[in-house]
Parts: sequence; structure tokens; C-alpha cells
Amino acid sequence: MSEIVLQIDGKEVKAQEGMTIVEAANTVGIHIPTLCHHEKLEPYGACRICTVEAESNGRKTLVAGCLYPVENGMVVQTSTEKLYAIRKVLVEQMMAHAPDAPQLIELAKEYGADKDRFDKDPSFCILCGLCVRYCAEVKQKHAIGYMDRGPRREISFIPEVAAKECWDCKECFPLCPTSALQAAYVLTEALLPAQPEEEGGCSCSASGCCGG
Amino acid sequence: MCMDISKIDNIIDKHNAEQSSLIQILLDIQSEHNWLPKQALDRVGERLDVPMSRIQHITTFYKAFSQVPKGRHQIHVCMGTACHVRGAQRVLDTISDAIGIKAGETDAELKFSLETVNCLGCCALGPVMVIDGEYHGNVAPAQSAEVLKNYE
Repeated sequence: MSEIVLQIDGKEVKAQEGMTIVEAANTVGIHIPTLCHHEKLEPYGACRICTVEAESNGRKTLVAGCLYPVENGMVVQTSTEKLYAIRKVLVEQMMAHAPDAPQLIELAKEYGADKDRFDKDPSFCILCGLCVRYCAEVKQKHAIGYMDRGPRREISFIPEVAAKECWDCKECFPLCPTSALQAAYVLTEALLPAQPEEEGGCSCSASGCCGG
Repeated sequence: MCMDISKIDNIIDKHNAEQSSLIQILLDIQSEHNWLPKQALDRVGERLDVPMSRIQHITTFYKAFSQVPKGRHQIHVCMGTACHVRGAQRVLDTISDAIGIKAGETDAELKFSLETVNCLGCCALGPVMVIDGEYHGNVAPAQSAEVLKNYE
């Protein structure tokens, strides 16, 4: 692995090839805010709160710090006025969904975001995908996934899988920045049989299709 | 309601049970049954070793898929700007009244499914409706219900 030298907020940083800007910044104690980032998971780039200005080959662009790989000679700015304005709007948009999420309240304070700027759409989910990705990548149970698309996209448990896997796991719960996940699980629980299903039972018995 | 699993297996076999053919398999099941029964999805997930969360993600993402039974005939009424100004809403209302369902619904006999679309790309024909891929252009609201009588 070849070593890469770049500059983050005026500091010289030595990084390995393949590292992302967020990872490189962390090695020298520069904090880039993230919401959808988790060290055990593949970078995803959903929340865009980690947006930074990266200049390489004379071109300055806005990139997602959690996704963008470091390049030799790159000059990164993590806290300019422009970035603060971008993050402010992002936080405001997310707060239209989850106005009481602690992480968002903290970010709102930092960037001066107004939680009431946009009309409320109380889905309570900011679609960071932490639960979906944690279940798929770390636990490999795929008990929860995205449904629908565009403005109607939402997280949803697969009841049959959730009945078997979730009751003694729930490792995704603390990851959720808004508690929407817990709410989704409570709703799913209403669909589940009281006990985890017995081995050998037909999964379609609920609909009465083949008599179990 | 026990459906024929072997039919589903045939479709899956035709695509060599490859994960990369997931959408194609789902499309084939959709056109065979007019919808995607839960058992069929379970079978696809099992045979292709694809988690149900991904299958649900895909089937809810694309409009081509339906997880509820669809009618034998698909009616699409164009609600694009050109059709709209030429009375698409009245065409839709007339059809809606004639078969007794709203846009996005299917009637109880599974004869018709009614959908709106935002533009069919033939604005000169407006108002346009498409039934099973057949275009009916310049339909007067009064005529539109007549057209339906040709379908069984």
C-alpha cells in the first residue's frame, strides 16, 4: 500500500491508499460530522452531512467525506462557510422528519439550523440506512429493508424474518439516530406470532394456504 | 389458494436460478400471474438465495410489479398536461364510474385494473387511454366507457 500525503484544514496528513477523507481526518483528530457512517459498515453516503470541499488537480468539488477516497496532494477543507450553509439545510431537511433526534439537535445547534424551516413530515426516519445495512452486512439476517421509493421510501421489517431473528438481537436499535426503527419494530411485533415459530412449520400457514 | 410452485420453478430454471436474473424472473412471474403472490416470492428467495428484504425492496420499487392481484385488462389513462387540458379528468371519472373503481384499484371480478400515467408521449392524440397496450386516442368522455365493453 502506497502512502498518500494530503492536506486537511491546513494540516499535513499521511494516509494509506483506499482510505476515505473521513478516515484520514480522524487519524489527525479532525472531526467531520457524520450520521449514516459506521465503522463496521461499508460507506454509504446517504446523509451527506460529511460533505467537504476537496481540491485536487486544481479543481475544487464538494464530495461526501465518508465515501471519497484520498488522493495524493489533495487539499481538503472541512469547515468553511459554504459547507456550514450546506449542512445547515441538510439538518433542517432531516429535522422535518425527526425534529427531536438528539444527534440532529446537536448538529442544529452547531450550524444554526431551524428545525421548523420545512413543513413537518413525521416519518421520524432520515433513511440513514444504518439498521438496514447493519442487519445485512454484520448480522446477515436481512430482517429489515427499504420499501417503496422516492418520497415514500421507508424502512420495514420482514415479519417472517423478524419473528425468528430479532427478539434476541435488536443490535440495530442503538444505531438508530431517531428511534424510528424502534417504532417500526413495535408495529411489526403486532404482526408476529407470540412465540418464535416452531421448526418445520409452514411459513404460509398464516394465510391458510396449505394448512401448515 | 395454493398456486402451482412448479410453474414458478420453470420460470426460475429458465433463468438458471441466477441471482442477477432476479428482476427478469420477477417480471416473468408478474406477466404469468398478473401479480406476485407471496409464495412465489418465497420460492424465488429460496431458490436464488436472495433475502426477502431485497425482493421486497425491488418489487415495491418498480411500478411493473404488483403484490396484489391485478385485473385481466390494464387501463392506463394519461393525465399529462396536454391530455389534462383536453379533459383527461372527465375520461378518468367516466371510466371510474363505469367500472366502479378508483385509479390504482382493481375490480372485484379481476376484470380491470385502472391506473393513471403522467404522459404517454403522444400528446397530439389526447386525451389518450391505453388498454392492454392498445392506444385509444381522442376519446370523448362519453365514448370511453363504450370502449370498455369490447373487453371481457
